[in-house]
Amino acid sequence: MIEFLHSYYAYWAIILLLVIGLYGMLVKTNLMKKVIGMIIFQNAIILLFVAAAFKWDATVPVLDPAYPSEDPVNYLNPLPHTLMLTAIVVGVAIVGVAFALLIAIYRNYGTLEEPVLMERMRSE
Amino acid sequence: MLLLFTGLLVYATIHLPARGDPEAPMHRKENVVGDPVAGAYFIGNAYRDAATPNMVTVILADYRSVDTLGEVIVVFTAGVCCLLILRRRMYD
Amino acid sequence: MTNPSESVIIVVVSRALARLIQLFGIYVIIHGHYSPGGGFQGGALLAAGVLLLRMTEGGRASQSEVSTEAAIPLAAVGALIFAGAGLVTLAFGGHYMDYGAVPVPGVEEPVVRYYGILLVEFGIGLAVMTALVAIFDDMVAPDPYGNAVDAAGDRAGTPPKL
Repeated sequence: MIEFLHSYYAYWAIILLLVIGLYGMLVKTNLMKKVIGMIIFQNAIILLFVAAAFKWDATVPVLDPAYPSEDPVNYLNPLPHTLMLTAIVVGVAIVGVAFALLIAIYRNYGTLEEPVLMERMRSE
Repeated sequence: MLLLFTGLLVYATIHLPARGDPEAPMHRKENVVGDPVAGAYFIGNAYRDAATPNMVTVILADYRSVDTLGEVIVVFTAGVCCLLILRRRMYD
Repeated sequence: MTNPSESVIIVVVSRALARLIQLFGIYVIIHGHYSPGGGFQGGALLAAGVLLLRMTEGGRASQSEVSTEAAIPLAAVGALIFAGAGLVTLAFGGHYMDYGAVPVPGVEEPVVRYYGILLVEFGIGLAVMTALVAIFDDMVAPDPYGNAVDAAGDRAGTPPKL
């Protein structure tokens, strides 16, 4: 039982983070808080991939003569690391565009609260 | 509904291979039909192919460089989008 | 456009610190072959150095780092360095981005790939740095129309309601 928990507790913590982000995106009415929920969701998925790349008794994927590279057991899986490296940068770009849109909305309507925003959009 | 979703995800993780298990399908040298798996192939051949110890760099800029080109174009597009959304007066 | 900080201590310390951050960013790009690092991380560090100066010295004084107008064209140059490296390998008959196809006399194929990766990392670093600086500059730019709505829903130009 302890071994089972030890194998999966990281995944469950990541799922908790993912659901917190989903809660922020679905329930909160402030657009800024929705974007923060999206960032948490994104980071949960990045953590999931990095956790999946993990191997016990392995070292970082930088070649070290002390660890022969013929045996993949010696190194962490480098492929998820690479994918998540690019995903982090794309995440920053997404957040930048989202904030630019929020700034444009705030300049035009003076609010980021969804009910108030809908009312002002209807009254124009 | 969120609790149901959480339960579904936790149920799904029970069928995943244990974290850190070197015998998990994505960490093995060969998959079930005997073809080499990408992660183990990169570990074994990165230094031979590019004389660079850091495997992540080799995958990023050599094996998957077209993917990385797409990422750079995404970042560049994000910069242009911010310019178009927030600095529209230049083009009026 | 951000205003300069009023505290002398912040300005002086951030001037010294920004150079160290930028130097570390260049180190991360160049040493990415031997340690964790590379174009994306180094580009983010270089952008952090520039943005620190933007926030403390003010937007006008830090234009000499990366000017607001030059940011997007420089990002395009970075992306074109990357794409151009791929086109050069096409010209020598290899696949796209297959650096080993470029014949350099006296150098083995893996070493050609080594320098190809280095060139591409520089392109990535330049593109990421200038794109992040451009996004920041757009966010702090003043409203182009000058008729922003305040939190109560009133136009800035109209007199306040009684």
